[in-house]
Amino acid sequence: MTTAQQATPQAGAATDASGSLVIEDLHKSFGDLEVLKGVSLTAKRGDVIAIIGGSGSGKSTMLRCINFLETPTSGRIVIGGEEIRMRPDGSAADRKQLERVRTRLAMVFQSFNLWTHRTLLENVIEVPVHVLRVPRAQAIEKARSLLKRVGLEEKENTYPLFLSGGQQQRAAIARALAVDPAVMLFDEPTSALDPELVGEVLNVMRDLAAEGRTMLVVTHEMNFAREVADHVVYLYQGRIEEQGPPSQIFGNPQSERLKQFLKSIN
Amino acid sequence: MMKLIRPFLLPHRLVLLGLFVALVIWCIFSLRWDWLPKYLPLAMQGLWRTIWLLVVSSVLGFLLAVPLGLAQAVGPWYLSAPARVFCTLIRGTPLLLQIWLLYYGLGSVFPQIDGIRDSALWPYLRQAWPYALLALTLSFAGYEGEVMRGAFSGVNRGQLEAAQSFGMPRFTIFRRVWLPQAVRNVLPTLGGETILQLKATPLVATITVVEIFAVSSRVRQDTFVIYEPLLLLALVYMVIAGIIALGFRWLESRVPTHRPGA
Repeated sequence: MTTAQQATPQAGAATDASGSLVIEDLHKSFGDLEVLKGVSLTAKRGDVIAIIGGSGSGKSTMLRCINFLETPTSGRIVIGGEEIRMRPDGSAADRKQLERVRTRLAMVFQSFNLWTHRTLLENVIEVPVHVLRVPRAQAIEKARSLLKRVGLEEKENTYPLFLSGGQQQRAAIARALAVDPAVMLFDEPTSALDPELVGEVLNVMRDLAAEGRTMLVVTHEMNFAREVADHVVYLYQGRIEEQGPPSQIFGNPQSERLKQFLKSIN
Repeated sequence: MMKLIRPFLLPHRLVLLGLFVALVIWCIFSLRWDWLPKYLPLAMQGLWRTIWLLVVSSVLGFLLAVPLGLAQAVGPWYLSAPARVFCTLIRGTPLLLQIWLLYYGLGSVFPQIDGIRDSALWPYLRQAWPYALLALTLSFAGYEGEVMRGAFSGVNRGQLEAAQSFGMPRFTIFRRVWLPQAVRNVLPTLGGETILQLKATPLVATITVVEIFAVSSRVRQDTFVIYEPLLLLALVYMVIAGIIALGFRWLESRVPTHRPGA
Protein backbone atom coordinates (compact mmCIF):
# COMPACT_ATOMS: atom_id res chain seq x y z
CA MET A 1 0.00 0.00 0.00
CA THR A 2 1.38 3.30 -0.97
CA THR A 3 0.25 5.16 2.07
CA ALA A 4 1.02 2.55 4.70
CA GLN A 5 3.66 3.57 7.22
CA GLN A 6 4.02 6.91 5.56
CA ALA A 7 4.96 9.76 7.84
CA THR A 8 1.98 11.82 8.88
CA PRO A 9 1.57 15.19 7.19
CA GLN A 10 2.35 16.99 10.44
CA ALA A 11 5.45 14.98 11.33
CA GLY A 12 8.52 17.09 11.59
CA ALA A 13 6.58 20.27 12.12
CA ALA A 14 7.68 22.14 15.20
CA THR A 15 5.68 20.67 18.05
CA ASP A 16 4.46 23.51 20.16
CA ALA A 17 4.26 22.58 23.78
CA SER A 18 0.94 21.63 25.37
CA GLY A 19 -1.76 19.85 23.46
CA SER A 20 0.57 18.03 21.11
CA LEU A 21 1.01 14.32 20.89
CA VAL A 22 3.62 12.25 19.10
CA ILE A 23 3.58 8.49 18.82
CA GLU A 24 6.61 6.89 17.19
CA ASP A 25 6.95 3.33 16.03
CA LEU A 26 4.61 1.93 18.66
CA HIS A 27 4.63 -1.83 19.05
CA LYS A 28 2.46 -3.93 21.32
CA SER A 29 2.31 -7.68 21.67
CA PHE A 30 0.11 -9.82 23.85
CA GLY A 31 2.28 -12.93 24.15
CA ASP A 32 2.92 -14.11 20.60
CA LEU A 33 0.19 -11.96 19.15
CA GLU A 34 1.49 -8.69 17.78
CA VAL A 35 -1.40 -6.26 17.93
CA LEU A 36 0.46 -3.09 16.98
CA LYS A 37 3.22 -3.41 14.43
CA GLY A 38 4.80 0.01 14.45
CA VAL A 39 2.33 2.85 14.52
CA SER A 40 3.43 6.47 14.25
CA LEU A 41 1.12 9.41 14.61
CA THR A 42 1.40 13.11 15.32
CA ALA A 43 -1.26 15.47 16.58
CA LYS A 44 -0.73 19.19 16.81
CA ARG A 45 -2.54 21.26 19.33
CA GLY A 46 -6.21 21.45 18.39
CA ASP A 47 -6.15 18.48 16.03
CA VAL A 48 -9.06 16.11 16.05
CA ILE A 49 -7.89 12.72 14.85
CA ALA A 50 -10.38 9.96 14.20
CA ILE A 51 -9.07 6.42 14.34
CA ILE A 52 -11.14 3.89 12.44
CA GLY A 53 -10.71 0.25 11.64
CA GLY A 54 -12.31 -3.15 11.96
CA SER A 55 -12.42 -5.11 15.17
CA GLY A 56 -8.99 -6.46 16.08
CA SER A 57 -7.25 -3.75 14.09
CA GLY A 58 -5.54 -2.49 17.27
CA LYS A 59 -7.23 0.90 17.44
CA SER A 60 -8.31 0.64 21.08
CA THR A 61 -5.00 -0.89 22.08
CA MET A 62 -3.20 2.02 20.45
CA LEU A 63 -5.25 4.53 22.40
CA ARG A 64 -4.70 2.63 25.66
CA CYS A 65 -0.95 2.53 25.04
CA ILE A 66 -0.83 6.31 24.94
CA ASN A 67 -1.65 6.59 28.65
CA PHE A 68 -0.04 3.26 29.45
CA LEU A 69 -3.25 1.48 30.44
CA GLU A 70 -1.60 -1.07 28.18
CA THR A 71 2.16 -1.24 28.45
CA PRO A 72 3.67 -0.79 24.99
CA THR A 73 6.27 -3.31 23.90
CA SER A 74 8.38 -0.58 22.34
CA GLY A 75 8.12 2.85 20.80
CA ARG A 76 8.07 6.47 21.91
CA ILE A 77 5.21 8.52 23.29
CA VAL A 78 5.64 12.27 23.66
CA ILE A 79 2.90 14.37 25.17
CA GLY A 80 3.16 18.14 25.18
CA GLY A 81 6.86 17.84 24.41
CA GLU A 82 7.49 15.49 27.34
CA GLU A 83 8.51 11.96 26.46
CA ILE A 84 7.24 9.24 28.77
CA ARG A 85 10.39 7.49 29.94
CA MET A 86 10.29 3.78 29.25
CA ARG A 87 12.31 0.81 30.37
CA PRO A 88 13.67 -1.49 27.65
CA ASP A 89 10.62 -3.75 28.13
CA GLY A 90 8.30 -0.83 27.39
CA SER A 91 6.96 -0.27 30.91
CA ALA A 92 7.01 3.22 32.33
CA ALA A 93 10.34 3.89 34.02
CA ASP A 94 9.16 6.69 36.24
CA ARG A 95 5.81 6.22 37.92
CA LYS A 96 5.67 9.81 39.18
CA GLN A 97 6.28 11.14 35.70
CA LEU A 98 3.65 8.81 34.25
CA GLU A 99 1.11 9.94 36.83
CA ARG A 100 1.89 13.56 36.10
CA VAL A 101 1.54 13.08 32.34
CA ARG A 102 -1.67 11.11 32.82
CA THR A 103 -3.27 14.04 34.63
CA ARG A 104 -2.95 15.95 31.34
CA LEU A 105 -4.53 13.17 29.32
CA ALA A 106 -8.16 12.54 29.95
CA MET A 107 -9.78 9.37 28.75
CA VAL A 108 -13.42 8.74 27.96
CA PHE A 109 -14.26 5.05 27.96
CA GLN A 110 -16.69 2.96 25.97
CA SER A 111 -18.31 1.76 29.21
CA PHE A 112 -18.18 5.23 30.87
CA ASN A 113 -16.42 3.92 33.99
CA LEU A 114 -17.84 6.57 36.25
CA TRP A 115 -17.20 5.77 39.90
CA THR A 116 -20.54 4.28 40.85
CA HIS A 117 -20.19 4.93 44.58
CA ARG A 118 -20.01 8.68 44.05
CA THR A 119 -22.53 11.20 42.76
CA LEU A 120 -21.95 12.98 39.47
CA LEU A 121 -20.59 16.06 41.21
CA GLU A 122 -18.27 13.93 43.33
CA ASN A 123 -17.12 12.13 40.18
CA VAL A 124 -16.25 15.40 38.49
CA ILE A 125 -14.36 16.94 41.44
CA GLU A 126 -12.59 13.69 42.40
CA VAL A 127 -9.42 14.15 40.36
CA PRO A 128 -9.11 17.93 40.77
CA VAL A 129 -9.47 17.67 44.55
CA HIS A 130 -7.61 14.46 45.30
CA VAL A 131 -4.93 14.46 42.64
CA LEU A 132 -4.44 18.03 41.46
CA ARG A 133 -5.07 19.54 44.93
CA VAL A 134 -7.45 22.20 43.69
CA PRO A 135 -9.37 23.79 46.60
CA ARG A 136 -12.67 22.00 47.01
CA ALA A 137 -14.92 25.03 46.63
CA GLN A 138 -13.19 26.02 43.42
CA ALA A 139 -13.44 22.47 42.06
CA ILE A 140 -17.15 22.33 42.87
CA GLU A 141 -17.79 25.62 41.13
CA LYS A 142 -16.02 24.43 38.01
CA ALA A 143 -17.70 21.02 38.16
CA ARG A 144 -21.12 22.65 38.26
CA SER A 145 -20.37 24.71 35.18
CA LEU A 146 -19.06 21.62 33.37
CA LEU A 147 -22.14 19.58 34.30
CA LYS A 148 -24.24 22.45 33.06
CA ARG A 149 -22.29 22.49 29.84
CA VAL A 150 -23.08 18.82 29.17
CA GLY A 151 -26.69 19.37 30.20
CA LEU A 152 -26.61 17.58 33.55
CA GLU A 153 -26.86 20.48 36.01
CA GLU A 154 -30.01 18.93 37.49
CA LYS A 155 -28.29 15.64 38.17
CA GLU A 156 -25.28 16.60 40.26
CA ASN A 157 -26.45 14.63 43.30
CA THR A 158 -27.48 11.54 41.36
CA TYR A 159 -25.50 8.32 41.34
CA PRO A 160 -24.28 7.21 37.91
CA LEU A 161 -26.27 3.97 37.73
CA PHE A 162 -29.51 5.93 37.98
CA LEU A 163 -28.77 7.63 34.65
CA SER A 164 -29.07 6.61 31.04
CA GLY A 165 -25.96 5.63 29.12
CA GLY A 166 -25.94 8.91 27.24
CA GLN A 167 -26.13 10.88 30.49
CA GLN A 168 -23.38 8.79 32.03
CA GLN A 169 -21.14 9.34 29.04
CA ARG A 170 -21.76 13.08 29.12
CA ALA A 171 -20.90 13.06 32.82
CA ALA A 172 -17.73 11.14 31.98
CA ILE A 173 -16.84 13.87 29.50
CA ALA A 174 -17.43 16.49 32.20
CA ARG A 175 -15.13 14.50 34.50
CA ALA A 176 -12.50 14.48 31.77
CA LEU A 177 -12.82 18.22 31.17
CA ALA A 178 -12.43 18.93 34.89
CA VAL A 179 -8.69 18.28 34.68
CA ASP A 180 -8.18 20.73 31.80
CA PRO A 181 -6.64 18.02 29.69
CA ALA A 182 -4.02 18.80 27.06
CA VAL A 183 -5.16 15.81 25.02
CA MET A 184 -8.45 13.95 25.24
CA LEU A 185 -8.64 10.27 24.38
CA PHE A 186 -12.01 8.82 23.39
CA ASP A 187 -12.24 5.03 23.27
CA GLU A 188 -15.36 4.24 21.24
CA PRO A 189 -17.41 6.66 23.35
CA THR A 190 -20.72 5.86 21.68
CA SER A 191 -20.41 2.13 21.06
CA ALA A 192 -22.20 1.09 24.26
CA LEU A 193 -25.09 3.50 23.76
CA ASP A 194 -28.58 2.90 22.49
CA PRO A 195 -28.87 4.48 19.02
CA GLU A 196 -31.13 7.30 20.18
CA LEU A 197 -28.56 8.36 22.80
CA VAL A 198 -25.57 8.57 20.46
CA GLY A 199 -26.44 12.02 19.18
CA GLU A 200 -26.34 13.80 22.54
CA VAL A 201 -22.82 12.54 23.21
CA LEU A 202 -21.56 13.34 19.71
CA ASN A 203 -22.94 16.86 20.04
CA VAL A 204 -20.90 17.46 23.17
CA MET A 205 -17.82 16.11 21.39
CA ARG A 206 -18.50 18.33 18.39
CA ASP A 207 -18.49 21.29 20.76
CA LEU A 208 -15.17 20.28 22.20
CA ALA A 209 -13.65 19.92 18.76
CA ALA A 210 -14.92 23.35 17.81
CA GLU A 211 -13.24 24.98 20.79
CA GLY A 212 -9.87 23.60 19.69
CA ARG A 213 -9.27 20.64 21.96
CA THR A 214 -6.73 18.07 20.90
CA MET A 215 -8.72 14.87 20.57
CA LEU A 216 -7.99 11.32 19.56
CA VAL A 217 -11.21 9.51 18.89
CA VAL A 218 -11.50 5.80 18.24
CA THR A 219 -14.91 5.54 16.67
CA HIS A 220 -17.34 3.65 14.53
CA GLU A 221 -19.30 6.81 13.82
CA MET A 222 -18.17 7.55 10.28
CA ASN A 223 -20.34 10.62 9.98
CA PHE A 224 -18.70 12.07 13.06
CA ALA A 225 -15.25 11.27 11.66
CA ARG A 226 -16.16 12.80 8.33
CA GLU A 227 -17.63 16.00 9.75
CA VAL A 228 -15.50 16.70 12.80
CA ALA A 229 -12.06 15.15 12.35
CA ASP A 230 -9.16 17.04 10.80
CA HIS A 231 -7.41 13.81 10.10
CA VAL A 232 -8.57 10.23 9.79
CA VAL A 233 -6.39 7.19 10.42
CA TYR A 234 -7.40 3.78 9.16
CA LEU A 235 -5.78 0.92 11.06
CA TYR A 236 -5.59 -2.55 9.64
CA GLN A 237 -4.03 -5.43 11.56
CA GLY A 238 -1.85 -3.24 13.72
CA ARG A 239 -0.58 -0.94 10.98
CA ILE A 240 -1.73 2.37 9.60
CA GLU A 241 -3.11 1.30 6.27
CA GLU A 242 -4.13 4.73 5.12
CA GLN A 243 -4.54 8.18 6.59
CA GLY A 244 -5.44 11.64 5.46
CA PRO A 245 -8.08 14.33 5.63
CA PRO A 246 -11.63 12.99 5.85
CA SER A 247 -12.40 14.14 2.30
CA GLN A 248 -9.70 11.83 0.99
CA ILE A 249 -10.36 8.89 3.30
CA PHE A 250 -14.08 8.83 2.67
CA GLY A 251 -14.21 10.43 -0.76
CA ASN A 252 -11.23 8.93 -2.49
CA PRO A 253 -9.82 5.98 -0.55
CA GLN A 254 -6.67 4.49 -2.09
CA SER A 255 -6.24 1.23 -0.25
CA GLU A 256 -8.36 -1.77 -1.24
CA ARG A 257 -8.82 -2.72 2.39
CA LEU A 258 -10.10 0.71 3.32
CA LYS A 259 -12.48 0.60 0.35
CA GLN A 260 -13.75 -2.75 1.53
CA PHE A 261 -14.01 -1.55 5.14
CA LEU A 262 -16.02 1.50 4.13
CA LYS A 263 -18.27 -0.66 1.97
CA SER A 264 -18.83 -3.13 4.79
CA ILE A 265 -20.02 -0.55 7.27
CA ASN A 266 -22.42 1.19 4.92
CA MET B 1 -46.40 6.73 59.17
CA MET B 2 -49.39 4.82 57.73
CA LYS B 3 -47.04 3.41 55.14
CA LEU B 4 -44.94 1.91 57.91
CA ILE B 5 -47.91 0.47 59.75
CA ARG B 6 -50.01 -0.81 56.89
CA PRO B 7 -48.04 -4.05 56.26
CA PHE B 8 -48.86 -5.10 59.84
CA LEU B 9 -52.60 -4.66 59.39
CA LEU B 10 -53.10 -7.77 57.24
CA PRO B 11 -55.39 -10.27 59.02
CA HIS B 12 -52.86 -13.10 59.44
CA ARG B 13 -50.26 -10.66 60.70
CA LEU B 14 -52.69 -9.19 63.20
CA VAL B 15 -53.29 -12.67 64.57
CA LEU B 16 -49.55 -13.38 64.81
CA LEU B 17 -48.95 -10.03 66.50
CA GLY B 18 -51.73 -10.79 68.99
CA LEU B 19 -50.24 -14.17 69.79
CA PHE B 20 -46.82 -12.58 70.31
CA VAL B 21 -48.16 -9.91 72.64
CA ALA B 22 -50.04 -12.58 74.60
CA LEU B 23 -46.85 -14.60 74.91
CA VAL B 24 -44.91 -11.62 76.22
CA ILE B 25 -47.63 -10.79 78.78
CA TRP B 26 -47.78 -14.40 79.88
CA CYS B 27 -43.97 -14.43 80.27
CA ILE B 28 -44.02 -11.28 82.36
CA PHE B 29 -46.75 -12.38 84.75
CA SER B 30 -46.36 -16.11 85.17
CA LEU B 31 -42.59 -16.54 85.18
CA ARG B 32 -40.14 -15.72 87.98
CA TRP B 33 -38.38 -12.39 87.66
CA ASP B 34 -37.68 -11.70 91.34
CA TRP B 35 -33.96 -12.35 90.81
CA LEU B 36 -33.71 -9.60 88.25
CA PRO B 37 -33.19 -6.50 90.44
CA LYS B 38 -30.34 -8.18 92.31
CA TYR B 39 -28.50 -9.24 89.15
CA LEU B 40 -29.30 -6.21 87.02
CA PRO B 41 -26.03 -4.34 87.76
CA LEU B 42 -24.00 -7.44 86.89
CA ALA B 43 -26.11 -7.96 83.77
CA MET B 44 -25.45 -4.40 82.63
CA GLN B 45 -21.73 -4.94 83.12
CA GLY B 46 -21.96 -8.17 81.17
CA LEU B 47 -23.95 -6.50 78.40
CA TRP B 48 -21.37 -3.74 78.16
CA ARG B 49 -18.58 -6.31 77.97
CA THR B 50 -20.38 -8.22 75.19
CA ILE B 51 -20.89 -5.08 73.14
CA TRP B 52 -17.36 -3.90 73.77
CA LEU B 53 -15.87 -7.25 72.71
CA LEU B 54 -18.09 -7.34 69.63
CA VAL B 55 -17.30 -3.81 68.47
CA VAL B 56 -13.57 -3.84 69.15
CA SER B 57 -12.99 -7.33 67.73
CA SER B 58 -15.06 -6.58 64.62
CA VAL B 59 -13.32 -3.28 63.93
CA LEU B 60 -9.81 -4.61 64.55
CA GLY B 61 -10.65 -7.84 62.73
CA PHE B 62 -11.88 -5.90 59.72
CA LEU B 63 -8.76 -3.73 59.69
CA LEU B 64 -6.74 -6.95 59.55
CA ALA B 65 -9.04 -8.44 56.94
CA VAL B 66 -8.31 -5.63 54.45
CA PRO B 67 -4.59 -6.47 54.04
CA LEU B 68 -5.41 -10.20 54.24
CA GLY B 69 -7.91 -9.86 51.41
CA LEU B 70 -5.66 -7.59 49.38
CA ALA B 71 -2.70 -9.94 49.75
CA GLN B 72 -4.77 -12.86 48.51
CA ALA B 73 -6.42 -10.93 45.69
CA VAL B 74 -3.40 -9.24 44.13
CA GLY B 75 -0.38 -9.85 46.38
CA PRO B 76 2.85 -11.57 45.38
CA TRP B 77 3.10 -15.23 46.45
CA TYR B 78 5.12 -14.48 49.58
CA LEU B 79 2.25 -12.37 50.88
CA SER B 80 -0.70 -14.27 49.46
CA ALA B 81 0.51 -17.69 50.65
CA PRO B 82 0.74 -16.80 54.37
CA ALA B 83 -2.55 -14.89 54.15
CA ARG B 84 -4.25 -17.92 52.60
CA VAL B 85 -2.74 -20.23 55.23
CA PHE B 86 -3.97 -17.95 58.01
CA CYS B 87 -7.51 -17.74 56.66
CA THR B 88 -7.64 -21.50 56.08
CA LEU B 89 -6.43 -22.25 59.61
CA ILE B 90 -8.89 -19.86 61.23
CA ARG B 91 -11.81 -21.02 59.12
CA GLY B 92 -10.86 -24.66 59.50
CA THR B 93 -10.79 -24.86 63.29
CA PRO B 94 -13.48 -24.20 65.93
CA LEU B 95 -13.39 -20.78 67.54
CA LEU B 96 -13.66 -22.42 70.95
CA LEU B 97 -10.44 -24.27 70.25
CA GLN B 98 -8.71 -21.05 69.19
CA ILE B 99 -9.84 -19.29 72.35
CA TRP B 100 -8.58 -22.12 74.55
CA LEU B 101 -5.30 -22.45 72.66
CA LEU B 102 -4.62 -18.76 73.13
CA TYR B 103 -5.75 -18.58 76.75
CA TYR B 104 -4.41 -21.85 78.13
CA GLY B 105 -1.51 -22.09 75.66
CA LEU B 106 -0.16 -18.58 75.24
CA GLY B 107 -1.46 -17.59 78.67
CA SER B 108 0.60 -20.27 80.36
CA VAL B 109 3.72 -19.67 78.30
CA PHE B 110 3.95 -15.96 79.03
CA PRO B 111 4.60 -16.23 82.79
CA GLN B 112 7.58 -18.50 82.11
CA ILE B 113 9.32 -15.95 79.93
CA ASP B 114 11.64 -13.72 81.92
CA GLY B 115 10.75 -10.07 81.81
CA ILE B 116 7.10 -10.44 80.93
CA ARG B 117 6.06 -10.68 84.56
CA ASP B 118 7.88 -7.44 85.26
CA SER B 119 6.72 -5.64 82.13
CA ALA B 120 4.03 -3.02 82.02
CA LEU B 121 1.87 -5.43 79.99
CA TRP B 122 1.65 -8.03 82.75
CA PRO B 123 -1.40 -6.59 84.54
CA TYR B 124 -3.26 -7.12 81.25
CA LEU B 125 -1.70 -10.41 80.22
CA ARG B 126 -2.72 -12.09 83.46
CA GLN B 127 -6.38 -11.35 82.78
CA ALA B 128 -8.60 -13.34 80.46
CA TRP B 129 -10.14 -10.64 78.30
CA PRO B 130 -7.04 -9.82 76.20
CA TYR B 131 -6.95 -13.45 75.04
CA ALA B 132 -10.68 -13.39 74.36
CA LEU B 133 -10.35 -10.20 72.35
CA LEU B 134 -7.35 -11.54 70.44
CA ALA B 135 -9.12 -14.80 69.57
CA LEU B 136 -12.30 -13.04 68.45
CA THR B 137 -10.30 -10.52 66.42
CA LEU B 138 -8.23 -13.18 64.64
CA SER B 139 -11.34 -15.20 63.94
CA PHE B 140 -13.19 -12.25 62.42
CA ALA B 141 -10.06 -11.34 60.42
CA GLY B 142 -9.86 -14.87 59.04
CA TYR B 143 -13.44 -14.97 57.81
CA GLU B 144 -13.53 -11.39 56.56
CA GLY B 145 -10.11 -11.77 54.92
CA GLU B 146 -11.74 -14.32 52.66
CA VAL B 147 -14.74 -12.07 52.07
CA MET B 148 -12.49 -9.12 51.22
CA ARG B 149 -10.43 -11.24 48.83
CA GLY B 150 -13.56 -11.76 46.77
CA ALA B 151 -14.58 -8.14 47.24
CA PHE B 152 -11.28 -6.76 45.98
CA SER B 153 -11.18 -9.05 42.95
CA GLY B 154 -14.80 -8.26 42.21
CA VAL B 155 -14.42 -4.51 41.78
CA ASN B 156 -15.09 -3.48 38.21
CA ARG B 157 -11.74 -3.14 36.37
CA GLY B 158 -13.00 -0.19 34.38
CA GLN B 159 -13.45 1.95 37.49
CA LEU B 160 -9.86 1.28 38.50
CA GLU B 161 -8.65 1.96 34.95
CA ALA B 162 -10.51 5.26 34.97
CA ALA B 163 -8.70 6.23 38.16
CA GLN B 164 -5.35 5.16 36.67
CA SER B 165 -5.98 7.01 33.44
CA PHE B 166 -6.39 10.26 35.38
CA GLY B 167 -3.01 9.85 37.02
CA MET B 168 -4.24 8.88 40.46
CA PRO B 169 -1.41 7.55 42.59
CA ARG B 170 -1.84 3.91 43.57
CA PHE B 171 -2.66 4.53 47.20
CA THR B 172 -5.22 7.18 46.28
CA ILE B 173 -6.87 4.69 43.92
CA PHE B 174 -6.99 2.19 46.76
CA ARG B 175 -8.39 4.67 49.25
CA ARG B 176 -10.83 6.51 47.00
CA VAL B 177 -12.04 3.86 44.59
CA TRP B 178 -10.96 0.29 45.23
CA LEU B 179 -11.62 -0.06 48.96
CA PRO B 180 -14.94 1.83 49.05
CA GLN B 181 -16.24 -0.14 46.08
CA ALA B 182 -15.10 -3.44 47.57
CA VAL B 183 -16.67 -2.70 50.95
CA ARG B 184 -19.87 -1.44 49.35
CA ASN B 185 -20.22 -4.65 47.39
CA VAL B 186 -19.92 -6.88 50.46
CA LEU B 187 -21.86 -4.76 52.99
CA PRO B 188 -24.74 -7.27 53.16
CA THR B 189 -22.25 -10.08 53.82
CA LEU B 190 -20.39 -8.03 56.43
CA GLY B 191 -23.67 -7.32 58.23
CA GLY B 192 -24.43 -11.03 58.46
CA GLU B 193 -20.89 -11.81 59.57
CA THR B 194 -21.06 -9.19 62.32
CA ILE B 195 -24.21 -10.84 63.65
CA LEU B 196 -22.41 -14.19 63.58
CA GLN B 197 -19.58 -12.54 65.50
CA LEU B 198 -22.08 -11.36 68.12
CA LYS B 199 -23.26 -14.92 68.52
CA ALA B 200 -19.68 -16.14 68.85
CA THR B 201 -18.99 -13.93 71.88
CA PRO B 202 -20.58 -16.31 74.46
CA LEU B 203 -17.66 -18.69 73.87
CA VAL B 204 -15.36 -16.38 75.82
CA ALA B 205 -17.45 -17.13 78.91
CA THR B 206 -15.54 -20.43 78.99
CA ILE B 207 -12.33 -18.61 79.84
CA THR B 208 -13.82 -16.64 82.73
CA VAL B 209 -14.73 -13.45 80.86
CA VAL B 210 -17.98 -12.33 82.46
CA GLU B 211 -20.05 -11.08 79.52
CA ILE B 212 -23.83 -11.27 79.30
CA PHE B 213 -23.95 -15.04 78.69
CA ALA B 214 -21.78 -15.70 81.72
CA VAL B 215 -24.14 -13.57 83.81
CA SER B 216 -27.09 -15.74 82.85
CA SER B 217 -25.11 -18.84 83.83
CA ARG B 218 -24.29 -17.23 87.14
CA VAL B 219 -27.97 -16.53 87.80
CA ARG B 220 -28.80 -20.16 87.02
CA GLN B 221 -26.12 -21.47 89.37
CA ASP B 222 -27.04 -19.12 92.20
CA THR B 223 -30.83 -19.29 92.08
CA PHE B 224 -31.69 -22.45 90.09
CA VAL B 225 -33.92 -20.31 87.91
CA ILE B 226 -33.24 -21.76 84.47
CA TYR B 227 -35.56 -20.53 81.72
CA GLU B 228 -36.13 -16.90 82.62
CA PRO B 229 -32.47 -15.78 82.34
CA LEU B 230 -32.15 -17.70 79.07
CA LEU B 231 -35.30 -16.09 77.65
CA LEU B 232 -34.05 -12.65 78.61
CA LEU B 233 -30.67 -13.51 77.12
CA ALA B 234 -32.32 -14.49 73.83
CA LEU B 235 -34.16 -11.18 73.79
CA VAL B 236 -30.95 -9.24 74.44
CA TYR B 237 -29.12 -10.97 71.57
CA MET B 238 -32.06 -10.45 69.24
CA VAL B 239 -32.15 -6.75 70.01
CA ILE B 240 -28.41 -6.34 69.40
CA ALA B 241 -28.63 -8.37 66.19
CA GLY B 242 -31.56 -6.22 65.09
CA ILE B 243 -29.58 -3.04 65.72
CA ILE B 244 -26.64 -4.39 63.72
CA ALA B 245 -28.93 -5.36 60.84
CA LEU B 246 -30.59 -1.93 60.82
CA GLY B 247 -27.20 -0.22 60.98
CA PHE B 248 -25.90 -2.09 57.95
CA ARG B 249 -29.13 -1.53 56.06
CA TRP B 250 -28.75 2.19 56.69
CA LEU B 251 -25.15 2.06 55.41
CA GLU B 252 -26.30 0.25 52.28
CA SER B 253 -29.04 2.76 51.62
CA ARG B 254 -26.58 5.64 51.75
CA VAL B 255 -24.87 4.58 48.54
CA PRO B 256 -27.31 2.92 46.18
CA THR B 257 -25.45 0.88 43.63
CA HIS B 258 -28.35 -0.47 41.67
CA ARG B 259 -30.91 1.24 39.60
CA PRO B 260 -34.19 1.07 41.51
CA GLY B 261 -36.05 -1.97 40.36
CA ALA B 262 -33.12 -3.28 38.35
